[in-house]
Amino acid sequence: MIEARGLARTFQTRTGPVEAVRGVDFHVAAGEIVGFLGPNGAGKTTTQRMLSTLLSPTAGTAIVAGCDLRKDPVGVRRQIGYVAQGGATNPMATVDEELVTQARLYGMTRHAAEARAKVLRTELDLPDLGQRQAGKLSGGQRRRLDIALGLMHTPTLVFLDEPSTGLDPHSRANLWTHIRGLRDRERATVFLTTHYLDEADALCDRILIIDHGTIVAHGTPAELKRRISGEVVTLTIEGDGEKARDLVAAQAGVRDAQLAGNVVRATVDHGDAAALALMRLLDGADILVAALSVAHPTLDDVFLTMTGRSLRDADAPGGN
Amino acid sequence: MRTLREAMIVFRYQSTLLLREPVWIIMGLVQPLLYLALFGPLLEPLSKSSGFPPGDAWQVFVPGLLIQLAIFGSMFVGFGLIAEIRYGVVERMRVSPASRFALLLGRVMRDTLMLIAQATLLVLVAVAFGLRVPLAGALVILAIVAMLGVALSSFSYAAGMVLKSEDALAPLLNMISVPVLLLSGILLPMTLAPRWLYDLSRANPFSHVVDAARAAFLDDLTLASLLAGLLSAAGLAAVGLFIATRTFQRETA
Repeated sequence: MIEARGLARTFQTRTGPVEAVRGVDFHVAAGEIVGFLGPNGAGKTTTQRMLSTLLSPTAGTAIVAGCDLRKDPVGVRRQIGYVAQGGATNPMATVDEELVTQARLYGMTRHAAEARAKVLRTELDLPDLGQRQAGKLSGGQRRRLDIALGLMHTPTLVFLDEPSTGLDPHSRANLWTHIRGLRDRERATVFLTTHYLDEADALCDRILIIDHGTIVAHGTPAELKRRISGEVVTLTIEGDGEKARDLVAAQAGVRDAQLAGNVVRATVDHGDAAALALMRLLDGADILVAALSVAHPTLDDVFLTMTGRSLRDADAPGGN
Repeated sequence: MRTLREAMIVFRYQSTLLLREPVWIIMGLVQPLLYLALFGPLLEPLSKSSGFPPGDAWQVFVPGLLIQLAIFGSMFVGFGLIAEIRYGVVERMRVSPASRFALLLGRVMRDTLMLIAQATLLVLVAVAFGLRVPLAGALVILAIVAMLGVALSSFSYAAGMVLKSEDALAPLLNMISVPVLLLSGILLPMTLAPRWLYDLSRANPFSHVVDAARAAFLDDLTLASLLAGLLSAAGLAAVGLFIATRTFQRETA
């Protein structure tokens, strides 16, 4: 669905050229939800604006939804839906005026546009709000209207830029359900930028991590987390601690085992599976396990490993 | 044909939003109506003085008011575009396959139609004050007003698209509109001005437009000044549309 090759964008500023995106290569398969993760200023939005034809690359190119970004930008626009970070509605316009106008710009007839607007309003929990002005919607409703605007022409690829920024937890959870629905119901491929780790983790089949205009890692959330440090099983035992540690360390799949007081910490590949096996192992050796927990690494741990800094620390106000 | 269809979609959208707040249409008319009522009568004695152009006071003054309406009614539409940029509406439309020219043209059509409606109303009110105007002349002047509307709203949109800030747009438009207004003979005919000021005003295309508008009100549609004014208005419209289209097409605009 997306095949980017050496895509780069340099901005000329008063203080000299700024390389916002430095020749990124990646692909997105049809039907995937792919997250573009990185702090503000990493190059996420610039990349997405290039892929959605709002910015020309200064180098490289991409095939987007079967169309060459440079040679056929209008072809790309016909295939994609774009939901910008800051919203896209005039507060004076009604929900249906916005939806129908947008659909008609894609060549749909008024009748077809009105029918499609009704379907999308129902799917996105805006069923009776067709005549309400956008400025009178709640934050969550307005965001869902933004998404509906990007879907009116049934695009094969949807770009979502920071979809849940500014929403309360309930609205975020609701929005995530709808984003999953884009793929499941609309059969659309979704490419979303975010700097929320939980959002990327919860929504995305695959993640691309970008920092300083370069993609530093990619993979499924689970792969990325496993790649860095494995998972940690913590066992609080009653009995011979050193014997327990040695037994755990000798078990297959355990990378490392440390004893601190009566607590054994084991670094393993698959925490949930290993936890059960380690409990049985110690039980067989007459060592009682009083407590057990499994800690999974977070995407922030991944980001820390890949870039040397925490995503949360790197997150600072500014554009992309 | 596709471009015209897309422009009509934008025109309809923009017109709906404008008519939802008709107060702006009325506000645009208040200033020229006040000039008509409170300034126009002052000119009646002046019309007998030497240097005053042919025609009575209303035939000289109302064309100037109509051009003033065109200038101030169209030149500040860029503020609305900046608000739309801030809302994200412009970007949303720019990511659609609609032509950039259509996105501009739909807005310009809305502004021009509203301007023609305001100008027609102003002429009707002026007739009540004593203006005598031939129908052909009235139609010509409405055409001139329409062309100025196209020119100035296009220019305003281009400036708004580039500056993206009301704080930057306001001084720019004021800097341009004040000398244009003063050097066009809108309020008082430039034939009353000293020679240097008259010569300076000839470099301002709007002064030719004002002369043409006055010629049209005298039903003298063969005057060379009419031709010069129409050509000036058409030229301004073409240049304004060209600049604004280029600006709308620019990726970073």
